[in-house]
Amino acid sequence: MSRGKVNPWLWVAGIVLLATLIALPFGLSFSQREVAVLLVINVLLVSSYRLMTLTGEWSLGHVVIMGVGAYASALFSKRLGVPVPISMLLGAVTAGAVAALLSFPLFRMKGFYFLIGSFAAGEVIRLIWKYFTNPFGGPKGLKLIPGFPDIGPISFFEPLPYYYLCLIVVGMSLFFLYRIERSRIGLTFHAIHWQDKLAESVGVNTFSYRMLAFVLASTFAGLCGALYVHYIGTINPNRFDVEEMVFVLIWAIVGGTATFYGPILGVVVLTVINEVILRALGFDTARPMIYGFILIASVLFLPNGLESLVPKLQAWRTSRRTAPEGTPASEEKA
Amino acid sequence: MSDLILQTIVNAVYAASYMSLIAVGLVLIFGVMGVINFAHGELYMAGAYVVVALYAESGMPFLVAVVLGLVFVGLLGLLMEISLFRPLRDNPLGGLIASIGFLLILQTTAVLGFGVRMAHIPPPTQEKIELLNGVVLTHQRLLVIIASVALLSLLYLFLHRTKYGWAMRACAQDREAAALQGISLSQVSRLAMFIGAGLAGVAGALTAPLVSPTPYMGHSVIVTAFIIIIVGGIGQLEGAIVAAILYAFVHTFVTTFFDGVIADITGLLLMLMVLVIKPTGLFGAKDRV
Repeated sequence: MSRGKVNPWLWVAGIVLLATLIALPFGLSFSQREVAVLLVINVLLVSSYRLMTLTGEWSLGHVVIMGVGAYASALFSKRLGVPVPISMLLGAVTAGAVAALLSFPLFRMKGFYFLIGSFAAGEVIRLIWKYFTNPFGGPKGLKLIPGFPDIGPISFFEPLPYYYLCLIVVGMSLFFLYRIERSRIGLTFHAIHWQDKLAESVGVNTFSYRMLAFVLASTFAGLCGALYVHYIGTINPNRFDVEEMVFVLIWAIVGGTATFYGPILGVVVLTVINEVILRALGFDTARPMIYGFILIASVLFLPNGLESLVPKLQAWRTSRRTAPEGTPASEEKA
Repeated sequence: MSDLILQTIVNAVYAASYMSLIAVGLVLIFGVMGVINFAHGELYMAGAYVVVALYAESGMPFLVAVVLGLVFVGLLGLLMEISLFRPLRDNPLGGLIASIGFLLILQTTAVLGFGVRMAHIPPPTQEKIELLNGVVLTHQRLLVIIASVALLSLLYLFLHRTKYGWAMRACAQDREAAALQGISLSQVSRLAMFIGAGLAGVAGALTAPLVSPTPYMGHSVIVTAFIIIIVGGIGQLEGAIVAAILYAFVHTFVTTFFDGVIADITGLLLMLMVLVIKPTGLFGAKDRV
């Protein structure tokens, strides 16, 4: 099959997926709609995190960077009266700028040291929010943050319209992230991950590419924060602590980071299990424990993440189809 | 003023002693097994709750409860090694995630068993020593200091004078080379997990009457422990002790003379500075960046 031709089944799958996403909230209760909004935001958060991990560096500061976007957007709109859609973009830019500043100390480190260094930098930022009541609101954070402005009769105070807004913004961002990964820049990120010395020897400036990955990932994380804060309307420093970061790490690792869809699979599956199934079963205080068992089971039995199930499933389907009919199922791989 | 400084020094010595117990345990686990035990703070919490259950609720003598706390949490560590870290030996990131899973399980168990509120523990002793006019050291804190020094000395003797100690240090230096010498990695890992977890547990048990345990107390402890092992150099036991003392003094003094949040920021900046200037830590080897 030539490269240009797209498998028609992929189109069908795409349209079905899109239709499901649009129809989804109508089958949900009010609180589940709220979960859906947050889930869409988290999909972008974990996907932007994956862009960062392409260069091989695992950060523990990603959620704090998301918080930078949230705080910046909230302050721009609340204190300076900037219209919310513009303040959201400014929030994202601020997160990217903070990441650019942080890259100078942080990218002196690699691997485990970077992990801990990014954690420390994030905690410092968080403690600054906690300490300075003006303008950050101290430990209590910021309240009464203006929401997204109404467009005609549509009020974005309701979860349903905000879900669609997030869907559009996140969809566009994901497309952007996907294109970056498939571009020359993305290939360079991969090269730095697997062979940083070799990449350097052929003239790649590894520092600036690491910085680029970090800044791009942080910009999108900042956008997540902005989307979050204008929906929830209130933030405090504890919302962005290391436990939230651990969740992002878990989504990425349980989903698997080798493919673009791996982390998305992780966040969707785990959120559905945690918020829908376990809540419906009525385990309330015991929920974290069951979550813990699921985590352990997934790293023990699915070490390459949920994404490793997809090729297995494909292979299984192919073998089932080829065995009785005897025709090669080449259209399975597009 | 000099009284205040002296009192702060006494407080810092107390903080340094139990923090070094926790940090040394974490370093031991990381050094031998190469895995970052995120549940270390919850092992500390488990130790504290053993004292809640046995001493505060069942009326056992305090010291017996502390010893049982060490053994119980050591066994928890053994359980982690056998069920999680051994199957994931070649997958350090997986070990990290599995330890987060274990952390959630321990935390929820504490919530289900004891509730989310602070547990109240009657102090085993109210006596105190007055060192100078106004400078006070309670017996409870003195006990923590003495026990920490004794346990760390025992650990030092164990690591340097016994066959198992040598094997453990060999694994910390180079696991494959150690295995080639006929050292059983599984056996050494079990031992390291038992000792490392037990030290965290005994720290929790000893300090339980002073801190009022909650199921979520592990969080701040693990952050502190991370700072200490980075400043001291990952995998360096002596480094961890020196860093614990350094951190405890800096943190206690800044808390006393400024406030707690500034002290936290100072500690983190100290760690960032060490990471930027000498990423292997103050006592780290040169080539392991």
